Amino acid sequence: MPQISQLAATYASQIFWMLVFFGFIFFVIGRGMVPKVMATVEARDKQIADDLAAADAARAAAAAEEEAWRQAENARRAEAQALIAKAKADAAAAGEKRLAAAGSVVDSRLAEADARIAAARANALGEIETVASEAASAIVARVAGLSIDAKAAGAAVKEALHG
Amino acid sequence: MAAEQGKVDPMHQFTIEPLFGTDHWSIAGYSIPFTNSALWMALTAGVLLLFVAGGMKRELVPGRWQMAVEGFTGFIDNLLAANIGPAGKKYVPYIFSLFMFILFANVLGLLPLMLVGVHPFTPTSHFTVTGVLAIMSFAIVLIVGFARHGLHFFSLFVPHGTPWWLLWLIPIIELISFLVRPFSLALRLFVAMMAGHVLLEVLSSFVIGSANSGPLWGSIVGIPSFLLMIAICALELLVAGIQAYVFALLTSLYLNDAENLH
Repeated sequence: MPQISQLAATYASQIFWMLVFFGFIFFVIGRGMVPKVMATVEARDKQIADDLAAADAARAAAAAEEEAWRQAENARRAEAQALIAKAKADAAAAGEKRLAAAGSVVDSRLAEADARIAAARANALGEIETVASEAASAIVARVAGLSIDAKAAGAAVKEALHG
Repeated sequence: MAAEQGKVDPMHQFTIEPLFGTDHWSIAGYSIPFTNSALWMALTAGVLLLFVAGGMKRELVPGRWQMAVEGFTGFIDNLLAANIGPAGKKYVPYIFSLFMFILFANVLGLLPLMLVGVHPFTPTSHFTVTGVLAIMSFAIVLIVGFARHGLHFFSLFVPHGTPWWLLWLIPIIELISFLVRPFSLALRLFVAMMAGHVLLEVLSSFVIGSANSGPLWGSIVGIPSFLLMIAICALELLVAGIQAYVFALLTSLYLNDAENLH
């Protein structure tokens, strides 16, 4: 077994070269290169985590924006509906006012017309009385040969006409 | 050489030989020739360097190679996070180095490079190598444990819920099991790797020996042995990964003791 039979002759060489090459591996590879490899892995993991977080934040922002848009949209729709209702009410009120104005004009014209009719009738009645009293005095003059004055004839006609 | 005598010596593959005439190299009286073992450690380090460097493009959308490297670092990171918690992050470089060195050394030692005339060598099949790794892990556990908890670290030897009348025994058992850790770490890896290589070598000697003694023995013994070798090669690839994982896992469990006590 060379491991034992050569022990005395080779142990120093074995230990020395082992320390040399393991030292090289430890200091150059283990201390020098491995941390860089692991830093790369960490940087990648961090980037992935950051990207995921950014995507999550963007999604949350989009959701919030959509919610805000929906609220604004709802508010605008309510506003528009209020405007429509107000316009409808305004239009109805204006219509009523114009109707009322037109009604009052019509009423006043009716009253005026009524008054004219009443005046015309009174006029006509007056003329009828005059005509009737003249006719009555003429009739009296022809039939009875009496001449009566207009006042008496008028009074008699008035009495006959109005009872 | 054993092979020249018509036999395959299953232990020969573990022989350490100085290379490139560096036999005389020494520091402070200790001879440190650049051996085949050191060469394969260097190859392991080089291949690992290439592998990790290929994953350093640092692209946001990783390619296949980068995914593979990030898979390994992420695997070690998860292992430490699961066993130690957030405090485990700082041990990633060490556990990664440990796991990847053992894994690459194990797998490189299994490669059929003999086909191109290169004799693969598995440094992790030597307890002088695995021992260094185990002692490093154990030393880190001790240093971290005493630095974080001071003498309170000794409460590790008194698990929660120990009955008072067992207080004289449990700490001794816990102390022994604690002190055995570096040995179990080192021996487990070394034995697993050596056993697998010896098994493959023995089976290959069956194939060669039976084929040399004629078509009859070749078909009766050689072919089943060869089929078994194929299966055991797959098993050894699995063992190469599992042993690296076990070493890293146990080290992280021991570090958990040091970080969080019980």
